[in-house]
Amino acid sequence: MTVMLTSADAPISLTASHALAAGSSGPIQLWYTTRATGVVALVLLTATVALGVAGTARLETRAMPRAVRSGLHRNVSLLAVAFVATHVLTSIIDPYAGIGFASAVIPFTSPYRPLWVSLGAIAFDLMLAIVISSLIRRRLPYRAWRAVHWLAYACWPVALWHGLGAGTDSRLSWLLLLDAVCVLVVAAAVCWRLQLAPSADVRTFGILGTAGFVLATIAFVAIGPLQAGRH
Amino acid sequence: MNLDTTARRAPHRTQLSRLTAGWQDAGRAATLRQHAATYGLLPTSSGRGGHSLLDEVAAARLTGRGGAGFPTGVKMRTVASKRGLRVVVANGMESEPASEKDQALLARAPHLVLDGIAAAADAVGANEAHLCLPRTRDWLIDSLLAAIAERQRAELDRVPVFVHDLPPNYVSSEETSLVHWLNGGEAKPTNTPPRPFERGVSKRPTLVDNVETLAHLALIARYGARWFREAGRADAAGTMLTTVSGAVAQPGVYEIEAGSGVGEVLAMAGADLAAQSVLIGGYFGTWHDISEVARLPFTAAGLRAIGAAPGAAVLYVLPPARCGLAEAARILSYLAGQGAQQCGPCIFGLPAIADDLAQLASARPEGDPIGRMQRRFGQIAGRGACRHPDGAVRMAESALRTFAADAHAHDRRRTCLTAQRPRPYPPQSRTAELDWR
Amino acid sequence: MSMKLEINPIACTGHGLCADLLPELVEMDEWGYPIIGDQVPSHLAVHARRAVNACPTLALRLTRTHRQQEKS
Repeated sequence: MTVMLTSADAPISLTASHALAAGSSGPIQLWYTTRATGVVALVLLTATVALGVAGTARLETRAMPRAVRSGLHRNVSLLAVAFVATHVLTSIIDPYAGIGFASAVIPFTSPYRPLWVSLGAIAFDLMLAIVISSLIRRRLPYRAWRAVHWLAYACWPVALWHGLGAGTDSRLSWLLLLDAVCVLVVAAAVCWRLQLAPSADVRTFGILGTAGFVLATIAFVAIGPLQAGRH
Repeated sequence: MNLDTTARRAPHRTQLSRLTAGWQDAGRAATLRQHAATYGLLPTSSGRGGHSLLDEVAAARLTGRGGAGFPTGVKMRTVASKRGLRVVVANGMESEPASEKDQALLARAPHLVLDGIAAAADAVGANEAHLCLPRTRDWLIDSLLAAIAERQRAELDRVPVFVHDLPPNYVSSEETSLVHWLNGGEAKPTNTPPRPFERGVSKRPTLVDNVETLAHLALIARYGARWFREAGRADAAGTMLTTVSGAVAQPGVYEIEAGSGVGEVLAMAGADLAAQSVLIGGYFGTWHDISEVARLPFTAAGLRAIGAAPGAAVLYVLPPARCGLAEAARILSYLAGQGAQQCGPCIFGLPAIADDLAQLASARPEGDPIGRMQRRFGQIAGRGACRHPDGAVRMAESALRTFAADAHAHDRRRTCLTAQRPRPYPPQSRTAELDWR
Repeated sequence: MSMKLEINPIACTGHGLCADLLPELVEMDEWGYPIIGDQVPSHLAVHARRAVNACPTLALRLTRTHRQQEKS
């Protein structure tokens, strides 16, 4: 017997989704894969952003020379692409959430948690732009490549909020902790980089903006995923 | 305006007031009528009996008068051979502080320059021309605009000439700076290749020439290559304008025969007999003992052996009582503040050696400024997009060489042999907020 | 035929990755900018290419030269 779920339903517990899977057409592995790859992707994207920010600050240590740091940034980002691609693919193949190819790249077309999945689509679009432009970097004018690459500062927060909003497991304490660590890493990296900026205005507004984002995320988590019966 | 268009007889072979004819009497810009009375009007290509101007310029072996000394005929032929509609840019910027010849030429004989632009445009197949002048000489800009208006009324020029006022910075007179500014960017040098003759204004092949070069071109177009070469000694051709200043009785702009000796030119200007040193080539040039250079011809070929060049034909005689190191330090400080701030070795290197030379000049060395400079010279020259750092390094090196005795003394905190007391050294000018657009 | 490493000094902002990847040909001056030895021997071609790709501002370029190539 299939059960029709609406997005107004409470978050699914592990056993409930088992029961569901037994009845619906998709194997549970797809669903688990989507969730797991989502989490790993977030961690990898966090590392990518941190390494990228370290690059703008020209960080160099004995253990990690400049070229190693730069190469790591590139390779971690490609690994993140692999996990995001898997995450998107399994979410499309899995009929449970009803997310089609279109919803993966076009916002506001998903039947399942439309707002939060849309954030995923947006983050995915931004990521594609950043990665593709970087792969063809030598063929692009430098300023164009740089402008697109700056979208990373939009891509990461959107991906984070997608995870918090669309993610099934957001309430789990270990995942909340992981999310908090990711936010801390990026916020700390950005603030550390900002204090190197020569312009006082840039420093002030940048750090205030970062703090604002952190607070907004905390507020969202409090009134969103942590509430029972959320949208 | 009814102008007699018959070509005037060429100036006599020994007469050296080719460009400067009538300057002393007129005292101001020659009108179109006066210009026509002196030189006649520019003949059309058919009026030259079929000899192409490109051939004449090549045969005359005219070289650029902006400082680089590149053969004009070769440059013109190269631009003419490129595809697309060409552009002519006349460089009247003269950002070299010790030079005044271009200013004088534009002020007294604007129509010679404008004739040159018209002839060059015709020869290379250009359909637009630009004259670049520094913003600070607005009186000159007005004068040129008036001259162009005169010519428009007489319907003289086929190709329109646009006058532009650019930032007066030292590196803004470089040819890629001009092109960059004309294309809407800042008056800063750009990375080469491509050079303007390949891709310049609006991506078109662009001929950039100094205004004096164009003035000579205007006369070659009238009287031919053979006439041009009637003046000039040995291999040097024609006449040239030179600016002489410093410890001389009559500083100013002179028109001299190309190939004249350095000593001859200094004597002509009444150089102080007690003076020992001369700066050849301006701020972009080098310091030398007068005794070393007096018998050498004031030409690129003649001076090459001692590592000097006329540059924009500038000579500055160091007054006997002045300390050469202090002068050099002042110039280097100026050059350090005039960089385009685009290339690391120049941004950091020039202020570093300016500081070293300042320490030496004030006889208050910290550590070993001479050693530091010599190490840094090798790290700075040749590593910028333009030749600005190269010129600064060359000038500083020549100062250490020519004023070696003073450098030695200052390094040991003794005042110079020529100055009577240590001169207070002015603070190094930091890069002021220069305007680039 | 040999290879030549060229730098665009305006684009270069002294990141220094080229010095990491090609220490045989790239030395840093006291201000953190690279001094490039321009002739690239064939056994270093791979490393030179890596250095070119690693430059964050794309300031490096590798070109093939014939023996008497004129410098423009």
